[in-house]
Amino acid sequence: MRLRFNLAFGLTLVLVVVVAAVSAAWIAPYDPIFDADLMNSEMPPSWEHLLGTDGQGRDVLSRVLYGARVSLTVGLVSQLINSLIGTALGVSAGYFGGWWDDLVNGLTNVMLAIPSLVFALAIMAVLGPGLPSLLIALGLTNWSWTCRIARSSTLSLKNQGFVQAARAAGFSDANIMRTQILPNILGPVLVIATLGIGGAVLAEAALSFLGVGIRPPQPSWGNMLTDARELIRTAPWASVFPGLAIFTTVLGFNLLGDGLRDMLDPHMRTRRA
Amino acid sequence: MSDILPDPVLSVRDLRIGLGKQNEILHDVSFDILPGETYGLVGESGSGKSITGLSVMGLLKRPLEVTGGSVFFRGQDVLKLGSRARRRLRGDRMAMVFQEPMTALNPLATIGRQIAEMFVIHRGMGWSDARRKAVEALESVRVPSPEERVRSYPHQLSGGMRQRVMVAIALACRPDLLIADEPTTALDVTVQAGVLELIAELCTAEGTAVLLVSHDLGVIANMCRRVGVMDRGRLVEEQDTRALFENPLHPYTRGLLAARPRLGSRTLARRGRLTELDQVVTAEERGRDAPTLTTPRGFGLEASA
Amino acid sequence: MLRFIFRRTLQMIPTLLAVVLIIFVIFSVVPGSFISSLMAEGRNATNADVMAHLNAQFGLDKPLPVRLWDYLWGLLHFDLGISYRTRSPVWDVIEPRLWPSIKLALAAMGFAAVVGIPLGFIAALKPGSLFDTSTMVLAISGLSVPEFWLGLLLMYFFALQLGWLPSFGYQADSIQHIILPAIALGVSPMALLARTTRAGVLDVMNADFVRTARAKGLTEPRLVRSHITRNVLVLILTTLGLQIGSLMGQAIVIEKLFSWPGIGSLLVDSVSVRDIPVVQGTVIVIVLWFLIINMLVDVAYAAIDPRIKVN
Repeated sequence: MRLRFNLAFGLTLVLVVVVAAVSAAWIAPYDPIFDADLMNSEMPPSWEHLLGTDGQGRDVLSRVLYGARVSLTVGLVSQLINSLIGTALGVSAGYFGGWWDDLVNGLTNVMLAIPSLVFALAIMAVLGPGLPSLLIALGLTNWSWTCRIARSSTLSLKNQGFVQAARAAGFSDANIMRTQILPNILGPVLVIATLGIGGAVLAEAALSFLGVGIRPPQPSWGNMLTDARELIRTAPWASVFPGLAIFTTVLGFNLLGDGLRDMLDPHMRTRRA
Repeated sequence: MSDILPDPVLSVRDLRIGLGKQNEILHDVSFDILPGETYGLVGESGSGKSITGLSVMGLLKRPLEVTGGSVFFRGQDVLKLGSRARRRLRGDRMAMVFQEPMTALNPLATIGRQIAEMFVIHRGMGWSDARRKAVEALESVRVPSPEERVRSYPHQLSGGMRQRVMVAIALACRPDLLIADEPTTALDVTVQAGVLELIAELCTAEGTAVLLVSHDLGVIANMCRRVGVMDRGRLVEEQDTRALFENPLHPYTRGLLAARPRLGSRTLARRGRLTELDQVVTAEERGRDAPTLTTPRGFGLEASA
Repeated sequence: MLRFIFRRTLQMIPTLLAVVLIIFVIFSVVPGSFISSLMAEGRNATNADVMAHLNAQFGLDKPLPVRLWDYLWGLLHFDLGISYRTRSPVWDVIEPRLWPSIKLALAAMGFAAVVGIPLGFIAALKPGSLFDTSTMVLAISGLSVPEFWLGLLLMYFFALQLGWLPSFGYQADSIQHIILPAIALGVSPMALLARTTRAGVLDVMNADFVRTARAKGLTEPRLVRSHITRNVLVLILTTLGLQIGSLMGQAIVIEKLFSWPGIGSLLVDSVSVRDIPVVQGTVIVIVLWFLIINMLVDVAYAAIDPRIKVN
């Protein structure tokens, strides 16, 4: 029962965020950047501004809605890059073995040793702030778990009958990896990716909060919190709602990931927390 | 005739076990074990023989529970005992040896500590005294150089040695009843005989009754005086070992015996494994709600003589 | 055991070298160097001589392999180079930040362990109970909450509204100052530990040797104490180590939020002014911390688990 609940509730949360992001332009009551009304700054939630206004008199709800676009874009795209890198390296390393495997293994260990937020921060320092930099920085720094799982699954699949049979039948290595191995590791990779999206959303918020991610006035949940932090005494709502949005989104993806994992492998539930 | 027999150590009466309240998987099983007697429970996997043993110990795991009947141990219905009293019996008066020697011992504790624990909890000894007793216990199960072995960890021992350690733990407090659940199934054939001999010898010496659960008719024939045959949660037949092998009463038992691999009949043996019993015994003859077919103790022996 | 530690220390070297190499290469492709940004800001006259002088001072006129070699050579002597900003040795910049960072990481981990492990343990003893369910809800929430937002909320309630604790800053011997940042930082590892512990306890409770222990007639407390705890510890040690190890890196946002003078806030500040030698130095320190903790975890494993061979 808990299993279904995780999946359903997670999916609902994710869908809500996706809908908010896609329809932000239609449902947002104000323009997130230009509808700044300094006369009405730091207004508490009211019928006019459901979530209040920030320090520059902009509607918090509208900015939260538009912020969803940034968060989801960063989360989905960067995790896609991570999954692609991790799967490609992991499958090829597990399949071919030898020096390539050693190299990939070593690289994975190095990547694990550098906390991904630190690594991303360093890359952001080189590339400068902005959405494209964020996608690259977060997309290049969090593939080690995918790679590990892909590699170990490939290693165990490699020696199974159907892969051996395909090899005996003269299929090319690339063909075997694509048609025999890839479909079988998609499940775990998907689970890690779902959980990774949540992580990327958190990382984007953190980097933007630190001022190296999305730069104001573009709304991002992270940089909204940077501004709101100064106003925490006078306008706490400006801090509460962007944070709540991050929390909801990440919770959604985490529940979805947990639910998928339980669904794909009930035994993993007790083994891996 | 029964008035000559001593009071049984264990008397299981109409025992029922269910998966929750509805799904009954053990139906009205009754049998007695006399003091010093080795009683075999034989049957296929899933026939209910292991959970019978576990329920006597009070070790059934959650969805499984006893739903009816009684288990008299030395005249006392243990199912009516509180959990504390029941726990005190466990290990002290009744003990158990399990099938998996590789995983049944705590990997992080020394052999000595795991044996000594018995004396600490049931005899109230201090650890240093208990440790000395552990060396003796290890010696009694003929583990070579016990002084050193008490400091070993389970992973440093072979499967046979670990099972000897399990026997040492089980018999440490000289229980009245030993439940051995497939004690040698996971062992190499060469090691099996040694462990079985050890169990037989130690239990005979101490007058310990044994409930031997096994699917292996060879083991049962060698070890037991009396045998119960289980099929699909029912005890279908119970006889003295000799009588059972010479004159099986229940069709299922006949099937079981026929399916047994024999020397000199290799082809037959390979075909007729226990798992393919359905070919030998028809479905109607199995799992019917019929009383256990039984002959009294000693009777079959005399009849065949 | 000493040889084991020594060997594990040697094994850290290749990873550390690779990290230095990666970091070094990344920062060598920085389009605008610190020097040229100094120039652009007009703080110095746009003077080719000055630029050449500065480049020479920081060794930037040499080709990349030579610079890498110099850097590695310096690293052997704990010489991390010269900070662009303060013109003092990078180590002198980092060193005073080290202890506050370690203190914060340990405090956060202490909180995480003291709360998370018992929660997971108790939850596992009655799976499906109300306590279990609420603990797991708490855990997944803890894993999903952005820690700096949580920090902000804690700051708002406990410092600004209630006035119980200072809202930010650092004092060498003040426990009060560390409480809020440590909790904010510790919530996510706490949640993870609660989940790992619960899974570990459930795993161990189903193990055959626990059934053996029950058959021996052990009381529940003794069973938990002498058979379950150590085996669960083995299962959660990896998580514990990974968490402590990555905590110094995790802490950057919290340190920034609470104006904590640690490695993390130094890294952020250095990134924003492109003080590359300090950035490199802090990253190396953070990685070194991770590697050392992991080595200690391996040593702990060898000490707890007899199945792991020391030699």
